[in-house]
Amino acid sequence: MTSARDRILAKVRAALADVPPGPPDADPPATRAYRTAHTEATGPALLALLAENLADYRAVVHQTTSARLPELLAEILRAHGSRSVAVPADLPPEWLAATHDMTRLIDSPDLTAEQLNGVDSALTGCALAIAETGTIVLDAGPAQGRRMLTLVPDHHICVIRADQVAASLPQALPRLDPTRPQTWISGPSATSDIELERVEGVHGPRRLEVVVVSGRPQ
Amino acid sequence: MRVALFLTCVNDALYPDTGRAVVTLLERLGVDVDFPAGQTCCGQPQYNTGYRRETEPLARRMAEVFAGYEYVVTPSGSCAAMVRDNYPRLGARARAEASGTELGRAAEELAPRTVELTEFLVDVLGVTDVGAYFPHTVTYHPSCHGLRLLGLGDRPLRLLRAVRGLTLIELPGAEECCGFGGTFAVKNPAVSTAMGLDKIRNALSTGAEVLCGADNSCLMHLGGLLRRQDRPVRPLHIAEILAATEHERTETVMPA
Amino acid sequence: MSRTFLGMPPFPKAAAVSTRNARLRANLTRATHTIRDKRARAVAELDDWAELRQSGREIKDRTLRHLDHYLLQAEQAVTAAGGTVHWAADAAEANRIVADLVRATGESEVVKVKSMATQEIGLNEALAAEGITAYETDLAELIVQLADDLPSHILVPAIHRNRGEIRDIFRGSMARWGRPAPEGLTDNPAELAEAARLHLREKFLRAKVAVSGANFIVAETGTLVVVESEGNGRMCLTLPETLISVVGIEKLVPSWQDLEVFLQLLPRSSTAERMNPYTSLWTGTTPSDGPSNFHLVLLDNGRSDTLADQVGRQALRCIRCSACLNVCPVYERAGGHAYGSPYPGPIGAILTPQLRGLQNEVDASLPYASSLCGACYEVCPVAIDIPEVLVQLRERVVEQAPGHRLERAAMKSAGWLLDHPAVYSAALRTAGKARGLQPRRLPLPGPAKAWSDSRDLPVLPERPFRDWWNRRDDRNHGHTGKDDAAR
Repeated sequence: MTSARDRILAKVRAALADVPPGPPDADPPATRAYRTAHTEATGPALLALLAENLADYRAVVHQTTSARLPELLAEILRAHGSRSVAVPADLPPEWLAATHDMTRLIDSPDLTAEQLNGVDSALTGCALAIAETGTIVLDAGPAQGRRMLTLVPDHHICVIRADQVAASLPQALPRLDPTRPQTWISGPSATSDIELERVEGVHGPRRLEVVVVSGRPQ
Repeated sequence: MRVALFLTCVNDALYPDTGRAVVTLLERLGVDVDFPAGQTCCGQPQYNTGYRRETEPLARRMAEVFAGYEYVVTPSGSCAAMVRDNYPRLGARARAEASGTELGRAAEELAPRTVELTEFLVDVLGVTDVGAYFPHTVTYHPSCHGLRLLGLGDRPLRLLRAVRGLTLIELPGAEECCGFGGTFAVKNPAVSTAMGLDKIRNALSTGAEVLCGADNSCLMHLGGLLRRQDRPVRPLHIAEILAATEHERTETVMPA
Repeated sequence: MSRTFLGMPPFPKAAAVSTRNARLRANLTRATHTIRDKRARAVAELDDWAELRQSGREIKDRTLRHLDHYLLQAEQAVTAAGGTVHWAADAAEANRIVADLVRATGESEVVKVKSMATQEIGLNEALAAEGITAYETDLAELIVQLADDLPSHILVPAIHRNRGEIRDIFRGSMARWGRPAPEGLTDNPAELAEAARLHLREKFLRAKVAVSGANFIVAETGTLVVVESEGNGRMCLTLPETLISVVGIEKLVPSWQDLEVFLQLLPRSSTAERMNPYTSLWTGTTPSDGPSNFHLVLLDNGRSDTLADQVGRQALRCIRCSACLNVCPVYERAGGHAYGSPYPGPIGAILTPQLRGLQNEVDASLPYASSLCGACYEVCPVAIDIPEVLVQLRERVVEQAPGHRLERAAMKSAGWLLDHPAVYSAALRTAGKARGLQPRRLPLPGPAKAWSDSRDLPVLPERPFRDWWNRRDDRNHGHTGKDDAAR
C-alpha cells in the first residue's frame, strides 16, 4: 500500500490538472498594493500611538526614562501588592535596583509551571512592539526568558525601549526571526465567548503593564 | 433615445402595473420605449437552483431579443444582476467545457447594455427629480442583488427624496435580506418566513404607508406575508411611485 | 462524551424547528449583531482593506495552485526544525495517528486548543474510544463539552448559549470534570471567565500532552501560527512536553511576509480587534522552551476533492474568521446546529458538502440553505464568492444527488415554455382568465404549499403586461400580430 503522503500528493496533483506544470514562480506574484503602515508617526508620536492602542485593549501603560525606570518598576510591583517576581536570567540588573523585599525567581530550565503559578508578577523586556496594533512581541530573546515565564503569573510587566517600536505589522515582521518561538501580546487575556462581548482576563495574565522607556538605551 | 424594456417574467405575468409605470415614466422623460415581445424569462430561477444547462437557451434568447438596443432597461435589480453577473459566467463555463464561444460572446455583449431602472434614470439620463408627486409616507427596502451585486447605492433613495409630497422614512435593518431568495422561499420556507416577518416588523415600525422596493419578487414575498397578517402597509414598486404625478394618478397608485 | 452531528435531519427540517426556538433566536440575534457592528468599525479603520483582501485572496489562490510544492516545502522545514510530520488522508487516519502518539507518551489525558480540524474529524470521540480524555480549554468549547452539546459557530462554538445558561452549565457540570464551579457563581461574564480559569488551571499545570490546530503554516520556515484570545492556547502550546497539531493541508501560506496580510485580515474579521490578545508562533522545537516533542499531522479529509472543483476550490481560501456567519440572515435564524456540521453558516454550506460529498441528504440540502443575498461575500476577508460556489454546488446536487427528478422535469417543461413566447403569452392570458378561482392558500403539497403556508399568493392581474402593450402599440402604430410574430 502506498503511504498517505503519496496518496494525498497524488490526489492534490490530479485535482490541479488545470494548472500548467512548473514551479510557483511561473505564476505572477500576488499583488501587494496595501500599505506598509497606516501611520506616518515617528519618535514620540509613534510611542503615543503604541500607548493609546495598548490602553485601548486594557493594558496599563507607563512612560518613563531610563533613569526613572527602576523607581517606576518598584512602584508598579508595590502597587500590585506583589511579594514575588519572576525574571529572566539576563534581566538588566538595574531594572530591579529600587525593588527590595521581593522574592525573585530567576528563569531557568528547571523552573516549573507549578512554581511560576505561585509567583505574583513576571517582569521582562521584549523583542519589539507594534504601534498600530498595540502589540508587544516576545521571542525568548534578551531579557525575556522562556515562554512560560510571562504566561503563568497573573501579572506581566513588560519593558519596551523606544527603539524597539515598529509602526506596523509589515514593518515589524522583517525584524523578527521565524526560528525563534514567538508570543505576540495585545492587551491582557480576554474572551468574547459569552454573547460575543469582550471580557478581559481568562487564562493568561489578567493584568498587563507596559513600560515604554523613551530616550536612548543605556 | 430608444431603449428596450426588459420587464421580466414576474412583472409581465403578475405586476403589469409596474410595467405600465415604467413605460409612462420613461416616455415622460422623453425616452422611446420598445417592448420586444420575444422576451420571456432571463433564467435566474433555473440558474440559481442549479439548472445551468436549462438556463443557456434562455440566455441565448435574451441576447437575440435584445440585440441592437443601446440600453436594455429592467425594473428588477435581481434580473439585471443575472444578466450582468451570471451570463458572462455561463459563457465562461460553456467555453471551459468546450461547448463553443457563441454564448460567451452573446453574454458579454448584452451584459454591459443591461441596466436597472434606477441606474438608467440616475446614471444614463442624469435625473433624480423625475417630476413625480406622491403624497404618502414611504420606507424603502433595497433588495440584495441591487444593493450588493449592482451596487445601486443610494440611487433609489435619491429618486424617492426628489418626489414631491413624499415623506421617506428610513427602514431599520434595511440592508438585511427579506428572505425571498427565489426558490429559497419554497425550499426553506421556515427561514424565509422568519426573515420576511422580521423585515415587515421593521417596515411596520416606521409607520409608513408604503413599503417600496425595486424588485417585485421580494415585494411579492413581503406582500404575501403582509396580506396574510392583514397588515396595513402596502408594498409598491419604485416605478409606480416615480410614475405618479398630480395629473396622472393611475389606478395603480394609492388614493391621496 | 460529546455528541456528534451524525443523524441530523436535512437543513430545512432542522431549521423549521430551530427558527421556532425563541431563546436561541434571541441569543443569536444579540451576539451576531454585536459583533457585526464591531467588525464593520474595525475594518473601516484600515483604508487599504480592499487591497489587503485582494492580496489575501491572491496569496491563497497561488498557494492552492501549487499546493503539492508548498506541502513538501513545509514538511521539509518542520522536519529540519525538529518536528515530525505525519500525513492523514481522512479522519480515521488522523485519529489513529493522534491516538497512537498519545499512547506512546503513556498519558491518558490531553489538553486541547480550540481547533476546527479536530472537530471535523471527531477526534475527542475517537480518543475517548481509546480511553484517552480530551479536555477542551477554549471557554466556548469548554461550555459545549460540559453541556454535552454541539458547537454552533466557528469562533464561538457556544454562541447559542446566553450567560444564564452558561452559569447553569458551569454549576451543573464542572464538578464532574474537575474543579467545581465557585460557590454562588453568578451570570456575570467576568465571574464566568474566572470560573473557567480556576477549573482549567490545574489541568494546564499537569498536562503532558496537548493537541492543537493551527491558523497558518508558513511553508518556507515551517512556522505554525495559532491566533487566540484567552491564553489557553499559550498554555497548551507551551507547558506540555508533547504537542500534536492537526492541520488541514489548505492552511499553508508560502512566506513569512504573507503573515503581514493574514494577521491584519483575520483579527479584524473575526473578533473585530486590531489584533487578538495572543498569537503564538513556533517552528519545530526549541531546547528547554516549550514542548520537546512536536508532531504535525497534515490532514486531507476531502480537501483534495474540494481542490478538484475549479469554482468550489475557493472555499479552501477560508481562514475561519466566521465573519460570514455573523452577517448571515439564514444563520441568524436557523442557528448553527441546523447545518449538521462543525462548519455552519455560509462557509459551512459550501465547505461541508465539498469535504463530505453530496451523497447524504443533509449535505445535499446545504447548498440551498441560502437566499444568495451576498452579505457573506461582502465581508469575507479572502473574497470567497460564497453565492457563486453555492450555485455551483446546486448544479452538482441536481446532477448527482438523488431526489431531484421531479424538479428537473418541471424545469425542463418551464424551459420549453419560456423558449416559445407565443405559447408563453397564451399561458399568461389563460392564467389571468382563471384569476377568479385563485385561492389565498393552496391545499396542494410541494412548493405551492411551502409558499402559501405563511404567505398569500399574489393577486393575478386581469391581463399580463404584454396584452396592454400590444393594444397600446396597435393604437399607436396601427399594426397587429406583433406577439404572434415573436420567435
